[in-house]
Amino acid sequence: MRQQIRFLWALFLFLVWGSALAQGANLDIDTPAIAAIKAAQQARHVHLKPYYESGAIGLTRDGMIALRDASLVPLAQRATVSALVAEENRDRAALYREIARANGHPEWEADIRATFANRWIAKAPAGWYVQNAAGEWVRK
Amino acid sequence: MRRLLQLAALALVTVQGAACVTINIYFPAAAAEKAADRIIDEVWQLKPEAATGEKPK
Repeated sequence: MRQQIRFLWALFLFLVWGSALAQGANLDIDTPAIAAIKAAQQARHVHLKPYYESGAIGLTRDGMIALRDASLVPLAQRATVSALVAEENRDRAALYREIARANGHPEWEADIRATFANRWIAKAPAGWYVQNAAGEWVRK
Repeated sequence: MRRLLQLAALALVTVQGAACVTINIYFPAAAAEKAADRIIDEVWQLKPEAATGEKPK
């Protein structure tokens, strides 16, 4: 009887431990596809950075970037900047999709995008333009 | 009494099984935030700047 209670207690502790382990689990972001997207974004960031700082490009509330004020970009560079924005957004969409897929839950894509949207904006340095919840541009 | 203990053990295992399914279905928000921060730090190269000479991660 006493032995049985001890067994039950041990079983309970084991299950609590297992459940804690499962909840603390990380999302897998170390796949070749994710690494490739990340590397492309990192290389592109050098070119995008001056436009974030000037306010020409801002971070949208849906985890993307947008050319918010084209007049801040010299005419000769506008086509290049537009292309950079389009490429970055393509990579961002692919990144969110890949993370969801790599973790066996393609349906998490929207949640992952929303999480990223918050974190990009939270981590943006002062002076950059970001969209608030209403979709208005605000300077951080 | 023995029967009661057996039932309790069975209930425990069942609850645990349900919890596992729940964890798999619901979006792990905290883990996602951590993953996002890691990727953003790398893309924007925030960490190497903050701690020069240290490798990222």
